[in-house]
Amino acid sequence: MSKVRVLVGTKKGAFILTSDGRRRKWSVDGPHFGGWEIYHLKGSPADPNRLYASQSSGWFGQLVQRSNDGGRTWEPVGNAFAYDGVAGTHQWYDGTAHPWEFKRVWHLEPSLTDPEVVFAGVEDAALFRSADGGKTWRELSGLRGHGSGPRWQPGAGGMCLHTVLLDPVDPARMFIAISAAGAFRTDDHGTTWKPINRGLRSEHIPDPAAEVGHCVHRIAMHASRPRTLFMQKHWDIMRSDDAGDSWREVSGNLPSDFGFPIEVHAHEPETVYVVPIKSDSEHYPPEGKLRVYRSRTGGNEWEALTEGLPQRDCFVNVLRDSMAVDSLDPCGVYFGTTGGQVYVSADGGDKWEAAVRDLPAVLSVEVQTLP
Amino acid sequence: MIRVVLPAHLRNLARVDGEVALEIQGPATQRSILDAVEAAYPVLCGTIRDRSTRRRRAFVRFFACGEDVSHEPEDTPLPEPIAAGKEPFLVIGAIAGG
Repeated sequence: MSKVRVLVGTKKGAFILTSDGRRRKWSVDGPHFGGWEIYHLKGSPADPNRLYASQSSGWFGQLVQRSNDGGRTWEPVGNAFAYDGVAGTHQWYDGTAHPWEFKRVWHLEPSLTDPEVVFAGVEDAALFRSADGGKTWRELSGLRGHGSGPRWQPGAGGMCLHTVLLDPVDPARMFIAISAAGAFRTDDHGTTWKPINRGLRSEHIPDPAAEVGHCVHRIAMHASRPRTLFMQKHWDIMRSDDAGDSWREVSGNLPSDFGFPIEVHAHEPETVYVVPIKSDSEHYPPEGKLRVYRSRTGGNEWEALTEGLPQRDCFVNVLRDSMAVDSLDPCGVYFGTTGGQVYVSADGGDKWEAAVRDLPAVLSVEVQTLP
Repeated sequence: MIRVVLPAHLRNLARVDGEVALEIQGPATQRSILDAVEAAYPVLCGTIRDRSTRRRRAFVRFFACGEDVSHEPEDTPLPEPIAAGKEPFLVIGAIAGG
């Protein structure tokens, strides 16, 4: 029977949850790297036992850890993230020029085909690539250098490159997203990039339809349709069917279109999940009810999924990297909260159970489906 | 030998228990001690001093013979008991929340 391994990054360490294909009983292993912030950990699609973890703290900075045995043991690899050439400046919150400074790794995205290749999305926003299993890192500086970099500005959480999507059909194509610069695409392995924000509107910026400056929270894609992208923006759920060249809003009947994660069902490319959050200052669910919303129509028409989720007095948040799906049938959906719960649905979202309830605040959730 | 006490998180990273003892070249200074620490335990590169600026990380402090020397110039010779190995050089994570 298949198994699932859930990789959970928290404010105070990493946890690995495992279950069989029924996804009812969970064993919890951890904390790994206790006391450290684990912004993200993820396994290689090409070698599920190769894991990468971003380990950081306000005291001791950034490390990257690597496992070759599915998270039983770890070894630190490289943490030299040097911007290519003269780092230059971006806009600070007050509009002044501010030097680019490395702060942390938000997201690690292993290659779809080579366990030694991994991408790191970092704050201040840049994309790095390692071809030696994380030992050394090289910036793909065409992203910052494409022209709009000096106009990028941090969101409230910092100027982070938090999303990296690898096109499963075209290995030269990648998508990334930055708060608060927007989404970008490369079609040449990361050498050159273009902003893909046409159709986004953000009322809080001077030019609501600007090329850059949008606070994109997350982008998701189904592997069978890499030209179709779904986006949770600061406000608004957006959809593109031309690889990001244009976007249209599909927020529809959601109680709030603010939120952080967005995810696509493993087998139904038009089934999308979001977790509405009340507002950008009130980072908790509307009415104190934790509800995942599912659209089976690629957006616009959304249904609340509530069975097994707290429907009163719930004021947690669900962060952008904290939702994932497995590839079993029926598809499992997972998300973690800032209250330390990791919720699991083994039936595509109809019913939910907590796999674990009392972890530190969850920063990220990834799922591996294992034979 | 210079004696260095590292904070618990860095001892875990370096996989050492208790103090570490290091040979250094030339006078005992913050720079020479930290260079020796990083040479002996490369995993600690970037955790005490910033990788790019080589400056002390903001929430790390250095103590010698009961004195906070964090703001002293990096090449100032440390007190004789440190150089002689009678007292350890302390690397401390600042007491701050989070």
